[in-house]
Amino acid sequence: MIKLTINGKAHQLDVAPDTPLLWALRDTLQMTGTKYGCGQALCGACTVHVDGTPVRACTTPVSAVVGRKIRTIEAVDTERVGKVVQEAWRKLDVVQCGYCQSGQIMSAVALLSQNRKPTDADIDNAMSGNLCRCATYVRVRAAIHEAAKALA
Amino acid sequence: MSKIIIENLSRRRFLQGSAGLTLGFCLPVMAAGAAGKSGVVAASTASFEPNAFLRIGADNSVTVMAKHLEMGQGTYTGLATILADELDADWAHVRVEGAPADAKRYNNTFWGPAQGTGGSTAMANSWDQMRKAGASGRAMLVSAAAKRWNVGAAEIVVRDGIVSHAGSGRKASFGELALDAANETVPTEVKLKDPKDFRLIGKQAKRKDSAAKTNGTAQFTQDVFLPGMLVAVVAHPPQFGATVKSFDATRAKAIKGVVDVVQIPQGVAVLATDTWSAKKGRDALSVSWEDSKAFKLGSDEILAKYKDMAKQPGLVAKQTGDTAKTFAGAAKVVSASFDFPYLAHAAMEPMNCVVQLKADGCDVWNGEQFQTVDQGRVAVLFGLKPEQVKLNMLYAGGSFGRRACTHSDYVMEAAHIVKAINGKAPVKLVWLREDDMRGGYYRPMFHHALEAALDGSGKLVGWHHRLVGQSIITGSPFEAMLVKDGIDHVSVEGASNLPYAIPNLLVDLHTPTDIGVPVLWWRSVGSSHTAYSTEVFLDQVAAAMGKDPVALRLELLTEHPKHAGVLKLAAEKANWGTPLKAAAGERRGRGVAVHESFNSFVAQVAEVTVKKDGSIKVDRVVCAVDCGTAINPDNIRSQVEGAVGFALSAAMSGEITLKAGRVEQGNFDTYPLLRIGDMPKVEVHIVPSTAAPTGIGEPGVPPLAPSVANAIAAATGKFLHKMPFNTAELVA
Repeated sequence: MIKLTINGKAHQLDVAPDTPLLWALRDTLQMTGTKYGCGQALCGACTVHVDGTPVRACTTPVSAVVGRKIRTIEAVDTERVGKVVQEAWRKLDVVQCGYCQSGQIMSAVALLSQNRKPTDADIDNAMSGNLCRCATYVRVRAAIHEAAKALA
Repeated sequence: MSKIIIENLSRRRFLQGSAGLTLGFCLPVMAAGAAGKSGVVAASTASFEPNAFLRIGADNSVTVMAKHLEMGQGTYTGLATILADELDADWAHVRVEGAPADAKRYNNTFWGPAQGTGGSTAMANSWDQMRKAGASGRAMLVSAAAKRWNVGAAEIVVRDGIVSHAGSGRKASFGELALDAANETVPTEVKLKDPKDFRLIGKQAKRKDSAAKTNGTAQFTQDVFLPGMLVAVVAHPPQFGATVKSFDATRAKAIKGVVDVVQIPQGVAVLATDTWSAKKGRDALSVSWEDSKAFKLGSDEILAKYKDMAKQPGLVAKQTGDTAKTFAGAAKVVSASFDFPYLAHAAMEPMNCVVQLKADGCDVWNGEQFQTVDQGRVAVLFGLKPEQVKLNMLYAGGSFGRRACTHSDYVMEAAHIVKAINGKAPVKLVWLREDDMRGGYYRPMFHHALEAALDGSGKLVGWHHRLVGQSIITGSPFEAMLVKDGIDHVSVEGASNLPYAIPNLLVDLHTPTDIGVPVLWWRSVGSSHTAYSTEVFLDQVAAAMGKDPVALRLELLTEHPKHAGVLKLAAEKANWGTPLKAAAGERRGRGVAVHESFNSFVAQVAEVTVKKDGSIKVDRVVCAVDCGTAINPDNIRSQVEGAVGFALSAAMSGEITLKAGRVEQGNFDTYPLLRIGDMPKVEVHIVPSTAAPTGIGEPGVPPLAPSVANAIAAATGKFLHKMPFNTAELVA
């Protein structure tokens, strides 16, 4: 049994220790907001927070995150930065297909939690691991600036 | 006001205590704009359903049935905007449900009897239909109120979901009138609004899927879980056309979670209780492949073959004047050839599908782009009638054409797995990224050769364009419609309808039939390569003539005012002709391209910086768009912004290559997509129009690569003849 703390709640999972956190979330707990895109930490669709740091869940074995605080898109609005980012995303209608957006939002929240006034260069750097095939990048940038304004 | 006769509006139904009946299946029905995780339609106690596209609940909910897939292009919001405007609904009460597969009610009116989404037709084919659907619902609500209040219908006003009568001071919400409205006769004629009275169309109606797509609750095929469901991961052959010779599943079956291993026509499927176990099982399989009929050429060999074919005349796709005579007597001939690679769609959600066989039919869960085709094929496999195959519509995590597969490849793969296990469990087929990248159905490779003839006075008098590439349409359900006299229309679209006034024009085509790589439409289809070759070559001709690229185009576009309109607008907004400042050691340039696709017109002006090492940065792209009535201007901007990024990926790095028939790319390390740091600033200007709406999902793509290439040429003097760009040619 693997014990994980996800969004403030304790879970016991009957999965192999090498199981990626992504599949434990999705298939075992049916928390499907975190997406599979590449399986190799190349696209960022599976981004979650582990102790506040953005992590690619597809290459993170569950054994590596035992005892650590895991946060997913499902609980992103339970604290202020997450809620503000989500609202900015909605205000600017950032999404298109939406499949990568959980990951985009988790990366954006991590950025704004550490840097309340990111420049374009800060944004490009922090968001470089998150692919969007619809190329919503213009609005991702704008929404992060929008959220930064709301947080100021 | 225009009067429109309503046809085929016979489905008036009143459903009491059974709102879910409309759909006939139980989960997971998606309601965009509905709150909460489930996404399941809240069962209201009563509803009014004047036609196949609208249901008004006693709870004031206005549900629009979307016959088209929402794959990111904003279709759900657009369809709802059209209907809700004519209905005078309150936008906050509007939500959208994916319609079931039913070609009788939900066919694409541009595709005859077939239901499906593609060719940027969603708004264009639904425009009249959704307006009438909204207007007839409104008329019935008004009629019900007139009777209830005993007043004249003409005195009644409808606004934001409220029906009111000023004289008596009475008013009622849609929900309060729903019961009565259901008993009204469906009108045979309705008045549609004068465009000046639109309250949602042309304004900014917010997307209906933003909430669910920002909190993790949006339901994609990948997110479907059914009781007892197994996940299948498949070992596919390493070359197209190879088949399973034999396999050993001993090691795979020893893995915890693996339930079954079955052979299917597409390979060997490992079924497990979860995705990770299925993947481990698949990786543990030992399969030997029969490759005697496999396609074994590499990209270099295919290209050599195409270049060889280009030496001979092809089938004539378009001919005006006498090109042979013109070129023979030309004072100057300019020529160039262009090469385009296979391209993967690489949607962020790799292809997947859920299939469940039941006693009386089959259920499919899919981000479904090609209902009639997929439904028919699944029905044949299981010996069912098409209507026994229910398609449950989900959001698609991108598609760009991939989910409308002419051969229903991944849908049939899922169905074959279910058949192989005799339907004992529902199955979710999951393609891993590598399966998706190597699964074929690419934008075809193409080779183009162009020549232009200038006469003694320097005038452009002849144009010859020869194309070599596989046909997408041959062998597809669209063959009878789109292949004429051996010419696949989509191979030459954008080339055979060249808008420029050149008196002698020849476009000819070679269609190789012995290349075993499956090909498919990829966002903007033929225009994804023809816009590049025609627009870059025209700049090359302009350079040879010593003419400004915008001025030359305007001279040649006298009979195409819409092309000219967007071209002038983009040039003006981009300050065409003013100098660009470059930092020391850098070269900068501005380039333009204009192209019509899917009946829309887009011009783009790109500003590009070329560094000493040849690397490029696209700084800004100014776009002008004429797509008829702008249903949702913000969504148009969003689509064109995205199209710029999508097309820039292809220009800078998109390339699927084969070696001995094996696809060399597998994931985003070898098939890199544009990342945020390379995304230019994008400005989108929309030409005001009251014409019927035309496409917008695709038309932003074609002009981007040529405008960037022309900007690079302006900065460096070098025209790039290959996509993706070889920046080594640009080293200072």
